[in-house]
Amino acid sequence: MIDAPEPILSAHGIHKSFGRTVALRGAALELRPGECVAITGPSGSGKSTLLHCLAGVLLPDSGVVTFRGARLDGLGVDERTRLRRISFGLVLQFGQLVPELTALENVALPLLLEGRRRPDAAAVAAQWLERLEVGQLATTRPTAMSGGEAQRVAIARALVTSPDIVFADEPTGALDTVTGELALDVLVKATRETEAALVLVTHDNRVAAVADREVVLRDGAVEPGPGDPA
Amino acid sequence: MVYTCTMSLGSVLLGVLAAGPAHGYDLKRAHDGRFPAARPLAYGQVYATLARLERDGLVEQVETRQHAGPERTVYALTASGRDELRRWLAETEQPGPYAADELVRKTITALHTGADSVDFLRRQRAVHLEAMRALTRERAAAAEPGTRIALDHTLAHLDADLRWLEETRERIAQDGTTR
Repeated sequence: MIDAPEPILSAHGIHKSFGRTVALRGAALELRPGECVAITGPSGSGKSTLLHCLAGVLLPDSGVVTFRGARLDGLGVDERTRLRRISFGLVLQFGQLVPELTALENVALPLLLEGRRRPDAAAVAAQWLERLEVGQLATTRPTAMSGGEAQRVAIARALVTSPDIVFADEPTGALDTVTGELALDVLVKATRETEAALVLVTHDNRVAAVADREVVLRDGAVEPGPGDPA
Repeated sequence: MVYTCTMSLGSVLLGVLAAGPAHGYDLKRAHDGRFPAARPLAYGQVYATLARLERDGLVEQVETRQHAGPERTVYALTASGRDELRRWLAETEQPGPYAADELVRKTITALHTGADSVDFLRRQRAVHLEAMRALTRERAAAAEPGTRIALDHTLAHLDADLRWLEETRERIAQDGTTR
């Protein structure tokens, strides 16, 4: 039997509260390179909070998240920002593109922030837009795009730095069924091709069925899997 | 709701008998009450099923009562019957065209008998999602639009089952019961 590869990201005993509201109580998750995991669970079960803790957007109150063996809470603010920019890609429900920038500028942004030269960043961004079949939108601003187009541009932006992990929070939540399905296909295909791991937060079973496995959150903790004792 | 196999009605009757011995008329009434959307049971079905359960050693005759009306035989669950009921309740269903009816029967019977329906629902979700995963892969590989549309139909039904499984868990968590 071949041993499973070492996890690229692991989280243990994650607790997080917002004021008196407890969002996570001891959540844990391990992610292996190139794996696609769906985080599901009822509303308010802590799915998005867990995703934000895994992606280093939020720091947990207690518990440890490690990426390639390094604790996220041991990194300085700048280091964590850089990690999020380079090693992690983030796709949110409404795309969250910068409205003042064109599609090309939005996608090139993470590269420019990393100090890449403008023509170089623009060339890589243009390639990603082509790959996601939205090359014709290069000079279009987000307000003039459909929801599906904006989400493809957001996916291009998340993948432009060739991240190790893409985190997607309800990536199809704001789209109709068919458009959402196309955006999801694009996201899954692109992450598979670049061998990035993908963490999907979703309440949609059809989105969850795309993942290699499912992690169910309930009341801020991970529910035992089908083979585990209840 | 139409019974697709006689074993399922047998399991449901074992579930009713878990509450205590009963005669055929009680069983019919309890069944029709538990499954108001189902076609009411015919007495012939009840007695044929009881005869089969008795032959298999899952129920036994414990008493024959006669009041004003006809003679009535009271049946009780045997130890094997109790084991068989436990086995049926714990076993997840193969997702398929008739699985939904069976899921409803099993979940309601579990609630009435006090079996761990939450654990069953959790394991059934995993089985359903695995079936959806396989169909999703098949759909992604399908070249014909017609094949994809046909698979969409199956996926939509599995999705509906999954949403029902989840809602049922939420209701049980909120109420502790369906009542």
